[in-house]
Amino acid sequence: MNWADTILQGILLGGLYALFAAGLSLVFGIMRLVNLAHGDLIVLAAYLILVLVDTLHLNPFVALVIAMPIMFGVGWLLQAYVLNRTLGPDILPPLLVTFGLSVVLQNGLLQAYSADSRRIPSGYLDTASISIGSLHAGVMPLLTFVSAVAVILILNRLLYATELGRAFRATSDDAVTAGLMGIQPHRTFAIATGIAMTIVAVAALYLGTRSNFDPTIGPARLIYAFEAVIMGGLGSLWGTLIGGIILGMAQTIGGAINPEWQILAGHIAFVLVLLFRPRGFFPRAVD
Amino acid sequence: MALLETHGLTAFYRDFQALFGVDVSLDAGETLAIVGANGAGKSTLMRSISGVLINGARQILFEGRPIGALAAPQVMALGIAMVPEGRKLFPSLSVEENLLIGRYGRTTKGPWSLETVYRLFPILKERRNNPGTALSGGQQQMVAIGRALMSNPRVLLCDELSLGLAPVVIRDIYAAFPAIRESGASIVVVEQDIGQAMKIADRLYCMMEGRVTLSGRPSELNRAAIHAAYFGADS
Repeated sequence: MNWADTILQGILLGGLYALFAAGLSLVFGIMRLVNLAHGDLIVLAAYLILVLVDTLHLNPFVALVIAMPIMFGVGWLLQAYVLNRTLGPDILPPLLVTFGLSVVLQNGLLQAYSADSRRIPSGYLDTASISIGSLHAGVMPLLTFVSAVAVILILNRLLYATELGRAFRATSDDAVTAGLMGIQPHRTFAIATGIAMTIVAVAALYLGTRSNFDPTIGPARLIYAFEAVIMGGLGSLWGTLIGGIILGMAQTIGGAINPEWQILAGHIAFVLVLLFRPRGFFPRAVD
Repeated sequence: MALLETHGLTAFYRDFQALFGVDVSLDAGETLAIVGANGAGKSTLMRSISGVLINGARQILFEGRPIGALAAPQVMALGIAMVPEGRKLFPSLSVEENLLIGRYGRTTKGPWSLETVYRLFPILKERRNNPGTALSGGQQQMVAIGRALMSNPRVLLCDELSLGLAPVVIRDIYAAFPAIRESGASIVVVEQDIGQAMKIADRLYCMMEGRVTLSGRPSELNRAAIHAAYFGADS
Protein backbone atom coordinates (compact mmCIF):
# COMPACT_ATOMS: atom_id res chain seq x y z
CA MET A 1 0.00 0.00 0.00
CA ASN A 2 1.25 3.46 -0.92
CA TRP A 3 0.56 5.37 2.27
CA ALA A 4 1.07 8.86 0.90
CA ASP A 5 -1.29 8.16 -1.97
CA THR A 6 -3.91 6.57 0.29
CA ILE A 7 -3.86 9.54 2.65
CA LEU A 8 -4.13 11.98 -0.26
CA GLN A 9 -7.15 10.13 -1.64
CA GLY A 10 -8.66 10.14 1.86
CA ILE A 11 -8.23 13.89 2.23
CA LEU A 12 -9.77 14.50 -1.18
CA LEU A 13 -12.73 12.23 -0.34
CA GLY A 14 -13.09 14.25 2.87
CA GLY A 15 -13.83 17.26 0.69
CA LEU A 16 -16.91 15.50 -0.67
CA TYR A 17 -18.12 14.64 2.83
CA ALA A 18 -17.53 18.22 3.94
CA LEU A 19 -19.72 19.36 1.06
CA PHE A 20 -22.43 16.91 2.16
CA ALA A 21 -22.15 18.26 5.69
CA ALA A 22 -21.77 22.02 5.23
CA GLY A 23 -25.46 22.65 4.51
CA LEU A 24 -26.56 20.39 7.33
CA SER A 25 -24.20 22.18 9.70
CA LEU A 26 -25.44 25.62 8.63
CA VAL A 27 -29.11 24.73 9.14
CA PHE A 28 -28.51 23.01 12.45
CA GLY A 29 -26.32 25.87 13.65
CA ILE A 30 -28.90 28.53 12.93
CA MET A 31 -32.22 26.92 13.81
CA ARG A 32 -31.29 23.72 15.69
CA LEU A 33 -33.17 21.83 13.01
CA VAL A 34 -31.93 18.36 12.12
CA ASN A 35 -32.91 17.79 8.52
CA LEU A 36 -33.22 14.03 8.06
CA ALA A 37 -34.00 14.55 4.37
CA HIS A 38 -30.65 16.26 3.74
CA GLY A 39 -29.18 13.22 1.96
CA ASP A 40 -32.28 12.78 -0.18
CA LEU A 41 -32.18 16.45 -1.11
CA ILE A 42 -28.60 15.90 -2.34
CA VAL A 43 -29.89 13.03 -4.49
CA LEU A 44 -32.77 15.22 -5.73
CA ALA A 45 -30.26 17.88 -6.76
CA ALA A 46 -28.16 15.22 -8.51
CA TYR A 47 -31.20 14.22 -10.61
CA LEU A 48 -31.89 17.87 -11.33
CA ILE A 49 -28.34 18.33 -12.66
CA LEU A 50 -28.59 15.04 -14.58
CA VAL A 51 -31.82 16.16 -16.26
CA LEU A 52 -30.28 19.50 -17.21
CA VAL A 53 -27.20 17.75 -18.65
CA ASP A 54 -29.29 15.15 -20.52
CA THR A 55 -32.02 17.30 -21.97
CA LEU A 56 -30.16 20.56 -22.65
CA HIS A 57 -26.80 18.84 -23.35
CA LEU A 58 -25.07 21.16 -20.94
CA ASN A 59 -21.68 20.85 -19.40
CA PRO A 60 -22.32 19.64 -15.80
CA PHE A 61 -20.69 22.77 -14.36
CA VAL A 62 -23.01 24.96 -16.40
CA ALA A 63 -25.91 22.78 -15.23
CA LEU A 64 -24.75 23.42 -11.66
CA VAL A 65 -24.92 27.17 -12.18
CA ILE A 66 -28.57 26.73 -13.22
CA ALA A 67 -29.32 24.20 -10.48
CA MET A 68 -28.00 26.39 -7.66
CA PRO A 69 -30.69 29.10 -7.81
CA ILE A 70 -33.36 26.44 -8.37
CA MET A 71 -32.23 24.60 -5.25
CA PHE A 72 -32.13 27.91 -3.35
CA GLY A 73 -35.80 28.31 -4.26
CA VAL A 74 -36.57 24.72 -3.21
CA GLY A 75 -34.90 25.34 0.16
CA TRP A 76 -36.62 28.69 0.65
CA LEU A 77 -40.06 27.28 -0.09
CA LEU A 78 -39.46 24.15 1.99
CA GLN A 79 -38.47 26.23 5.00
CA ALA A 80 -41.08 28.97 4.58
CA TYR A 81 -44.07 26.69 4.00
CA VAL A 82 -43.19 23.43 5.76
CA LEU A 83 -40.29 23.44 8.19
CA ASN A 84 -40.99 26.80 9.86
CA ARG A 85 -44.30 25.35 11.03
CA THR A 86 -42.51 22.50 12.78
CA LEU A 87 -40.15 24.67 14.82
CA GLY A 88 -40.89 25.16 18.49
CA PRO A 89 -39.92 24.00 21.92
CA ASP A 90 -40.65 20.38 20.95
CA ILE A 91 -37.79 18.83 18.93
CA LEU A 92 -39.86 15.92 17.63
CA PRO A 93 -42.01 17.59 14.88
CA PRO A 94 -39.05 18.66 12.67
CA LEU A 95 -37.58 15.16 12.94
CA LEU A 96 -40.87 13.51 11.99
CA VAL A 97 -41.57 15.90 9.12
CA THR A 98 -38.09 15.67 7.61
CA PHE A 99 -38.16 11.89 8.00
CA GLY A 100 -41.45 11.86 6.12
CA LEU A 101 -39.99 14.17 3.50
CA SER A 102 -37.11 11.72 3.09
CA VAL A 103 -39.56 8.88 2.37
CA VAL A 104 -41.56 11.03 -0.05
CA LEU A 105 -38.44 12.15 -1.93
CA GLN A 106 -37.08 8.62 -2.27
CA ASN A 107 -40.35 7.24 -3.56
CA GLY A 108 -41.01 10.22 -5.79
CA LEU A 109 -37.58 9.82 -7.40
CA LEU A 110 -38.12 6.06 -7.76
CA GLN A 111 -41.41 6.75 -9.52
CA ALA A 112 -39.90 9.34 -11.81
CA TYR A 113 -36.48 7.88 -12.60
CA SER A 114 -36.75 4.16 -11.66
CA ALA A 115 -34.23 2.33 -9.49
CA ASP A 116 -31.55 2.23 -12.18
CA SER A 117 -28.26 3.71 -11.10
CA ARG A 118 -27.28 6.80 -12.99
CA ARG A 119 -24.23 8.96 -13.33
CA ILE A 120 -23.69 12.53 -14.46
CA PRO A 121 -21.26 12.36 -17.40
CA SER A 122 -18.44 14.86 -17.13
CA GLY A 123 -16.57 14.00 -20.34
CA TYR A 124 -12.80 13.83 -20.23
CA LEU A 125 -12.79 15.02 -16.60
CA ASP A 126 -14.03 11.55 -15.64
CA THR A 127 -10.57 10.15 -16.09
CA ALA A 128 -8.29 13.20 -16.08
CA SER A 129 -5.61 13.18 -13.41
CA ILE A 130 -2.55 15.06 -12.26
CA SER A 131 0.65 13.38 -11.08
CA ILE A 132 3.25 14.83 -8.75
CA GLY A 133 6.10 12.38 -8.25
CA SER A 134 4.55 9.13 -7.10
CA LEU A 135 1.26 10.80 -6.15
CA HIS A 136 -1.69 10.72 -8.51
CA ALA A 137 -4.87 12.67 -8.01
CA GLY A 138 -7.96 12.73 -10.17
CA VAL A 139 -8.99 16.16 -11.38
CA MET A 140 -12.58 15.63 -10.17
CA PRO A 141 -11.53 14.71 -6.59
CA LEU A 142 -9.20 17.73 -6.57
CA LEU A 143 -12.01 19.98 -7.77
CA THR A 144 -14.26 18.51 -5.09
CA PHE A 145 -11.79 19.38 -2.38
CA VAL A 146 -11.14 22.86 -3.73
CA SER A 147 -14.92 23.44 -3.93
CA ALA A 148 -15.35 22.30 -0.32
CA VAL A 149 -12.69 24.73 0.88
CA ALA A 150 -14.20 27.51 -1.23
CA VAL A 151 -17.72 26.81 0.08
CA ILE A 152 -16.50 26.92 3.69
CA LEU A 153 -14.50 30.11 3.09
CA ILE A 154 -17.52 31.81 1.55
CA LEU A 155 -19.88 30.57 4.30
CA ASN A 156 -17.54 31.81 7.02
CA ARG A 157 -17.26 35.16 5.31
CA LEU A 158 -21.05 35.31 5.02
CA LEU A 159 -21.54 34.42 8.69
CA TYR A 160 -18.87 36.66 10.19
CA ALA A 161 -18.61 39.65 7.86
CA THR A 162 -22.10 40.48 6.60
CA GLU A 163 -25.29 41.89 8.05
CA LEU A 164 -27.13 38.71 7.05
CA GLY A 165 -24.55 36.62 8.90
CA ARG A 166 -24.98 38.71 12.03
CA ALA A 167 -28.72 38.17 11.75
CA PHE A 168 -28.16 34.40 11.40
CA ARG A 169 -26.03 34.28 14.53
CA ALA A 170 -28.31 36.58 16.53
CA THR A 171 -31.38 34.52 15.59
CA SER A 172 -29.54 31.35 16.55
CA ASP A 173 -28.69 32.85 19.96
CA ASP A 174 -32.15 34.19 20.81
CA ALA A 175 -34.98 34.42 18.30
CA VAL A 176 -37.25 36.56 20.52
CA THR A 177 -34.62 39.25 21.08
CA ALA A 178 -33.66 39.06 17.40
CA GLY A 179 -37.29 39.97 16.68
CA LEU A 180 -36.89 43.09 18.81
CA MET A 181 -34.01 44.07 16.49
CA GLY A 182 -36.35 43.94 13.50
CA ILE A 183 -35.16 40.51 12.34
CA GLN A 184 -37.93 38.21 11.16
CA PRO A 185 -36.70 34.80 12.32
CA HIS A 186 -38.82 32.80 9.87
CA ARG A 187 -37.61 34.80 6.91
CA THR A 188 -34.01 34.44 8.11
CA PHE A 189 -34.50 30.68 8.41
CA ALA A 190 -35.87 30.49 4.86
CA ILE A 191 -32.79 32.25 3.50
CA ALA A 192 -30.53 29.94 5.53
CA THR A 193 -32.16 26.80 4.15
CA GLY A 194 -31.99 28.30 0.66
CA ILE A 195 -28.25 28.77 1.08
CA ALA A 196 -27.90 25.23 2.47
CA MET A 197 -29.67 23.85 -0.61
CA THR A 198 -27.36 25.85 -2.87
CA ILE A 199 -24.45 24.01 -1.21
CA VAL A 200 -26.40 20.77 -1.62
CA ALA A 201 -26.41 21.41 -5.38
CA VAL A 202 -22.60 21.68 -5.36
CA ALA A 203 -22.36 18.46 -3.35
CA ALA A 204 -24.76 16.78 -5.77
CA LEU A 205 -22.61 17.63 -8.78
CA TYR A 206 -19.60 15.85 -7.29
CA LEU A 207 -21.67 13.00 -5.90
CA GLY A 208 -23.19 12.40 -9.31
CA THR A 209 -20.03 12.72 -11.40
CA ARG A 210 -17.74 10.66 -9.16
CA SER A 211 -19.95 7.65 -8.65
CA ASN A 212 -23.27 6.08 -9.52
CA PHE A 213 -26.36 7.12 -7.67
CA ASP A 214 -29.95 5.94 -7.41
CA PRO A 215 -32.97 7.23 -5.47
CA THR A 216 -32.18 5.25 -2.31
CA ILE A 217 -28.63 6.36 -1.49
CA GLY A 218 -29.62 9.56 0.34
CA PRO A 219 -29.76 8.24 3.92
CA ALA A 220 -26.18 6.91 3.74
CA ARG A 221 -24.97 10.36 2.59
CA LEU A 222 -26.86 11.85 5.53
CA ILE A 223 -24.95 9.58 7.91
CA TYR A 224 -21.58 10.62 6.44
CA ALA A 225 -22.64 14.24 6.74
CA PHE A 226 -23.67 13.76 10.38
CA GLU A 227 -20.43 12.01 11.20
CA ALA A 228 -18.39 14.81 9.64
CA VAL A 229 -20.33 17.50 11.50
CA ILE A 230 -20.10 15.77 14.87
CA MET A 231 -16.43 14.82 14.58
CA GLY A 232 -15.59 18.39 13.63
CA GLY A 233 -17.60 19.86 16.49
CA LEU A 234 -21.08 21.36 16.17
CA GLY A 235 -21.12 24.91 14.92
CA SER A 236 -17.63 25.02 13.41
CA LEU A 237 -17.47 24.95 9.61
CA TRP A 238 -13.71 24.36 9.46
CA GLY A 239 -14.29 21.60 12.00
CA THR A 240 -16.76 20.08 9.54
CA LEU A 241 -14.03 19.99 6.89
CA ILE A 242 -11.65 18.28 9.35
CA GLY A 243 -14.43 15.84 10.28
CA GLY A 244 -14.99 15.07 6.60
CA ILE A 245 -11.26 14.51 6.08
CA ILE A 246 -11.04 12.14 9.08
CA LEU A 247 -13.98 10.18 7.72
CA GLY A 248 -12.53 10.12 4.20
CA MET A 249 -9.08 9.01 5.41
CA ALA A 250 -10.52 6.30 7.65
CA GLN A 251 -12.53 4.95 4.72
CA THR A 252 -9.66 4.96 2.22
CA ILE A 253 -7.17 3.48 4.70
CA GLY A 254 -9.71 0.83 5.71
CA GLY A 255 -10.45 0.14 2.05
CA ALA A 256 -6.74 -0.11 1.20
CA ILE A 257 -6.26 -2.77 3.86
CA ASN A 258 -9.34 -4.70 2.86
CA PRO A 259 -12.05 -3.38 0.53
CA GLU A 260 -14.75 -4.89 2.76
CA TRP A 261 -13.69 -2.60 5.60
CA GLN A 262 -14.02 0.67 3.77
CA ILE A 263 -17.39 1.84 5.13
CA LEU A 264 -16.93 0.16 8.49
CA ALA A 265 -13.57 1.89 9.06
CA GLY A 266 -15.26 5.29 8.69
CA HIS A 267 -17.88 4.42 11.29
CA ILE A 268 -15.23 3.04 13.66
CA ALA A 269 -13.28 6.30 13.39
CA PHE A 270 -16.50 8.13 14.24
CA VAL A 271 -17.12 5.98 17.33
CA LEU A 272 -13.53 6.50 18.48
CA VAL A 273 -13.86 10.28 18.15
CA LEU A 274 -17.14 10.14 20.09
CA LEU A 275 -15.41 8.11 22.82
CA PHE A 276 -12.38 10.34 23.26
CA ARG A 277 -13.58 13.77 22.05
CA PRO A 278 -17.36 13.63 22.54
CA ARG A 279 -17.73 17.30 21.62
CA GLY A 280 -15.68 16.88 18.45
CA PHE A 281 -12.44 18.63 17.57
CA PHE A 282 -13.54 22.25 17.28
CA PRO A 283 -16.72 22.72 19.33
CA ARG A 284 -18.02 26.27 19.29
CA ALA A 285 -16.93 28.12 22.43
CA VAL A 286 -20.39 29.51 23.12
CA ASP A 287 -23.13 26.94 23.32
CA MET B 1 -52.70 63.39 20.30
CA ALA B 2 -50.32 61.27 22.32
CA LEU B 3 -47.40 59.66 20.47
CA LEU B 4 -48.03 56.28 22.05
CA GLU B 5 -51.01 55.21 24.12
CA THR B 6 -52.66 52.10 25.45
CA HIS B 7 -56.42 51.79 25.90
CA GLY B 8 -57.80 49.15 28.25
CA LEU B 9 -54.80 46.99 27.50
CA THR B 10 -55.21 43.39 28.58
CA ALA B 11 -52.55 40.69 28.32
CA PHE B 12 -52.49 37.00 29.05
CA TYR B 13 -49.94 34.22 29.50
CA ARG B 14 -52.18 31.32 28.53
CA ASP B 15 -54.93 31.30 31.18
CA PHE B 16 -53.18 33.73 33.46
CA GLN B 17 -54.22 37.34 33.00
CA ALA B 18 -51.33 39.74 33.63
CA LEU B 19 -52.85 43.11 32.62
CA PHE B 20 -56.40 44.25 33.41
CA GLY B 21 -57.17 47.31 31.29
CA VAL B 22 -54.08 49.48 31.44
CA ASP B 23 -54.27 53.08 30.12
CA VAL B 24 -50.92 54.77 29.63
CA SER B 25 -49.99 57.62 27.31
CA LEU B 26 -46.66 59.03 26.19
CA ASP B 27 -46.28 62.43 24.55
CA ALA B 28 -43.53 63.23 22.07
CA GLY B 29 -40.31 64.17 23.82
CA GLU B 30 -41.55 62.98 27.19
CA THR B 31 -39.89 60.57 29.62
CA LEU B 32 -42.22 58.24 31.50
CA ALA B 33 -41.36 56.02 34.40
CA ILE B 34 -43.38 52.95 35.27
CA VAL B 35 -42.82 51.75 38.83
CA GLY B 36 -44.19 48.83 40.74
CA ALA B 37 -43.24 45.70 42.62
CA ASN B 38 -42.34 42.37 41.06
CA GLY B 39 -45.32 40.90 39.23
CA ALA B 40 -47.12 44.24 38.91
CA GLY B 41 -47.23 43.85 35.12
CA LYS B 42 -44.57 46.41 34.17
CA SER B 43 -42.57 44.04 32.00
CA THR B 44 -45.74 42.61 30.48
CA LEU B 45 -46.69 46.16 29.48
CA MET B 46 -43.28 46.59 27.79
CA ARG B 47 -43.53 43.21 26.07
CA SER B 48 -47.02 44.09 24.84
CA ILE B 49 -45.98 47.44 23.35
CA SER B 50 -42.85 46.02 21.72
CA GLY B 51 -44.79 43.21 20.05
CA VAL B 52 -43.27 40.27 21.92
CA LEU B 53 -46.82 39.68 23.18
CA ILE B 54 -49.70 40.07 20.75
CA ASN B 55 -52.70 42.07 21.99
CA GLY B 56 -55.90 43.49 20.59
CA ALA B 57 -54.98 45.77 17.67
CA ARG B 58 -56.66 48.91 19.01
CA GLN B 59 -55.41 48.44 22.56
CA ILE B 60 -52.11 50.07 21.60
CA LEU B 61 -51.98 53.12 19.34
CA PHE B 62 -48.84 54.71 17.87
CA GLU B 63 -49.62 58.13 16.36
CA GLY B 64 -53.23 56.99 16.32
CA ARG B 65 -52.39 53.87 14.34
CA PRO B 66 -53.39 50.52 15.90
CA ILE B 67 -50.26 48.44 16.56
CA GLY B 68 -51.40 46.08 19.32
CA ALA B 69 -51.54 43.07 17.04
CA LEU B 70 -48.21 43.66 15.29
CA ALA B 71 -45.24 41.37 15.90
CA ALA B 72 -41.93 42.69 17.20
CA PRO B 73 -40.15 43.20 13.84
CA GLN B 74 -43.03 45.34 12.54
CA VAL B 75 -43.19 47.39 15.74
CA MET B 76 -39.44 47.96 15.54
CA ALA B 77 -39.83 49.10 11.93
CA LEU B 78 -42.21 51.86 13.11
CA GLY B 79 -39.49 53.25 15.39
CA ILE B 80 -40.16 51.67 18.77
CA ALA B 81 -37.02 50.03 20.16
CA MET B 82 -36.71 48.06 23.37
CA VAL B 83 -33.92 47.42 25.85
CA PRO B 84 -35.17 44.08 27.15
CA GLU B 85 -35.13 43.00 30.77
CA GLY B 86 -31.90 41.16 31.55
CA ARG B 87 -30.12 42.93 28.64
CA LYS B 88 -30.28 39.88 26.35
CA LEU B 89 -27.06 40.52 24.44
CA PHE B 90 -26.27 38.03 21.70
CA PRO B 91 -23.43 35.85 23.03
CA SER B 92 -22.12 34.90 19.57
CA LEU B 93 -21.70 38.55 18.61
CA SER B 94 -18.95 40.97 19.63
CA VAL B 95 -19.82 44.25 21.33
CA GLU B 96 -19.64 46.10 18.03
CA GLU B 97 -21.72 43.45 16.23
CA ASN B 98 -24.32 43.65 19.00
CA LEU B 99 -24.55 47.38 18.33
CA LEU B 100 -24.69 46.89 14.56
CA ILE B 101 -27.49 44.33 14.78
CA GLY B 102 -29.59 47.08 16.37
CA ARG B 103 -29.95 48.80 13.03
CA TYR B 104 -30.59 45.60 11.05
CA GLY B 105 -32.32 46.33 7.77
CA ARG B 106 -32.90 49.98 8.70
CA THR B 107 -31.94 52.95 6.59
CA THR B 108 -33.46 55.65 8.82
CA LYS B 109 -31.13 58.60 9.25
CA GLY B 110 -30.75 59.97 12.75
CA PRO B 111 -28.37 61.08 15.44
CA TRP B 112 -27.26 57.60 16.50
CA SER B 113 -24.44 55.67 14.86
CA LEU B 114 -21.54 53.56 16.13
CA GLU B 115 -19.59 56.79 16.57
CA THR B 116 -22.20 58.60 18.67
CA VAL B 117 -22.96 55.52 20.77
CA TYR B 118 -19.23 55.17 21.48
CA ARG B 119 -19.16 58.84 22.45
CA LEU B 120 -22.06 58.22 24.85
CA PHE B 121 -20.40 55.13 26.37
CA PRO B 122 -16.62 55.45 25.69
CA ILE B 123 -15.78 52.21 27.51
CA LEU B 124 -17.59 50.26 24.78
CA LYS B 125 -15.17 51.48 22.14
CA GLU B 126 -12.26 49.99 24.09
CA ARG B 127 -14.07 46.70 24.35
CA ARG B 128 -15.63 46.67 20.88
CA ASN B 129 -14.09 43.35 19.86
CA ASN B 130 -14.92 41.44 23.05
CA PRO B 131 -17.87 39.07 23.07
CA GLY B 132 -20.84 41.02 24.40
CA THR B 133 -21.28 38.67 27.31
CA ALA B 134 -17.65 39.04 28.48
CA LEU B 135 -18.43 42.51 29.82
CA SER B 136 -19.49 43.54 33.32
CA GLY B 137 -23.22 43.87 33.99
CA GLY B 138 -23.16 47.65 33.72
CA GLN B 139 -21.21 47.58 30.47
CA GLN B 140 -23.61 44.99 29.08
CA GLN B 141 -26.48 47.31 29.93
CA MET B 142 -24.70 50.07 28.02
CA VAL B 143 -24.43 47.77 24.99
CA ALA B 144 -28.13 46.93 25.26
CA ILE B 145 -29.06 50.64 25.36
CA GLY B 146 -26.66 51.43 22.52
CA ARG B 147 -28.08 48.56 20.47
CA ALA B 148 -31.60 49.96 20.82
CA LEU B 149 -30.40 53.49 20.00
CA MET B 150 -28.68 52.30 16.80
CA SER B 151 -32.11 52.00 15.17
CA ASN B 152 -32.66 55.73 15.83
CA PRO B 153 -35.94 55.02 17.58
CA ARG B 154 -38.69 57.54 18.19
CA VAL B 155 -39.68 55.67 21.33
CA LEU B 156 -37.13 53.93 23.55
CA LEU B 157 -38.54 51.34 25.97
CA CYS B 158 -36.19 50.39 28.82
CA ASP B 159 -37.16 47.40 30.91
CA GLU B 160 -35.53 47.19 34.37
CA LEU B 161 -32.22 48.87 33.56
CA SER B 162 -31.00 48.63 37.13
CA LEU B 163 -31.71 44.94 37.60
CA GLY B 164 -28.77 43.32 39.36
CA LEU B 165 -26.51 46.36 39.10
CA ALA B 166 -24.67 48.25 41.85
CA PRO B 167 -26.06 51.72 42.72
CA VAL B 168 -22.94 53.49 41.44
CA VAL B 169 -23.25 51.67 38.11
CA ILE B 170 -26.95 52.53 37.89
CA ARG B 171 -26.07 56.20 38.35
CA ASP B 172 -23.57 55.99 35.46
CA ILE B 173 -26.19 54.51 33.19
CA TYR B 174 -28.87 57.06 34.01
CA ALA B 175 -26.26 59.78 33.44
CA ALA B 176 -26.61 58.97 29.74
CA PHE B 177 -30.33 59.78 29.66
CA PRO B 178 -30.17 63.56 29.20
CA ALA B 179 -28.19 63.00 25.97
CA ILE B 180 -30.74 60.42 24.78
CA ARG B 181 -33.59 62.86 25.48
CA GLU B 182 -31.82 65.63 23.63
CA SER B 183 -31.51 63.36 20.60
CA GLY B 184 -35.30 63.55 20.35
CA ALA B 185 -36.36 60.10 21.53
CA SER B 186 -39.34 59.71 23.85
CA ILE B 187 -38.51 57.32 26.65
CA VAL B 188 -40.37 54.83 28.84
CA VAL B 189 -38.38 53.34 31.72
CA VAL B 190 -39.55 50.55 33.93
CA GLU B 191 -37.94 50.88 37.30
CA GLN B 192 -38.31 49.36 40.75
CA ASP B 193 -36.35 52.17 42.37
CA ILE B 194 -38.87 54.95 43.02
CA GLY B 195 -36.18 57.53 43.86
CA GLN B 196 -34.40 56.95 40.55
CA ALA B 197 -37.67 57.03 38.64
CA MET B 198 -38.76 60.36 40.19
CA LYS B 199 -35.41 61.92 39.30
CA ILE B 200 -35.54 61.27 35.55
CA ALA B 201 -39.23 61.12 34.66
CA ASP B 202 -41.62 63.86 33.52
CA ARG B 203 -44.50 61.67 34.60
CA LEU B 204 -44.78 58.52 36.60
CA TYR B 205 -47.20 55.59 36.56
CA CYS B 206 -47.40 53.21 39.45
CA MET B 207 -48.65 49.69 38.76
CA MET B 208 -49.91 46.93 41.00
CA GLU B 209 -51.40 43.55 40.11
CA GLY B 210 -51.85 44.38 36.45
CA ARG B 211 -53.50 47.79 36.94
CA VAL B 212 -52.35 51.40 37.07
CA THR B 213 -52.88 52.52 40.65
CA LEU B 214 -51.44 56.02 40.54
CA SER B 215 -50.09 58.47 37.99
CA GLY B 216 -48.85 62.05 37.89
CA ARG B 217 -45.86 64.35 37.80
CA PRO B 218 -43.15 63.60 40.37
CA SER B 219 -43.62 67.08 41.91
CA GLU B 220 -47.32 66.39 42.49
CA LEU B 221 -46.87 62.98 44.10
CA ASN B 222 -45.80 62.38 47.63
CA ARG B 223 -43.89 59.35 48.81
CA ALA B 224 -46.68 58.08 51.02
CA ALA B 225 -49.16 57.98 48.11
CA ILE B 226 -46.63 56.17 45.92
CA HIS B 227 -45.86 53.78 48.75
CA ALA B 228 -49.55 52.94 49.06
CA ALA B 229 -49.94 52.50 45.29
CA TYR B 230 -46.79 50.40 45.13
CA PHE B 231 -47.49 47.99 47.94
CA GLY B 232 -51.25 48.34 48.20
CA ALA B 233 -51.04 48.87 51.94
CA ASP B 234 -51.86 51.96 53.99
CA SER B 235 -48.68 52.53 55.86
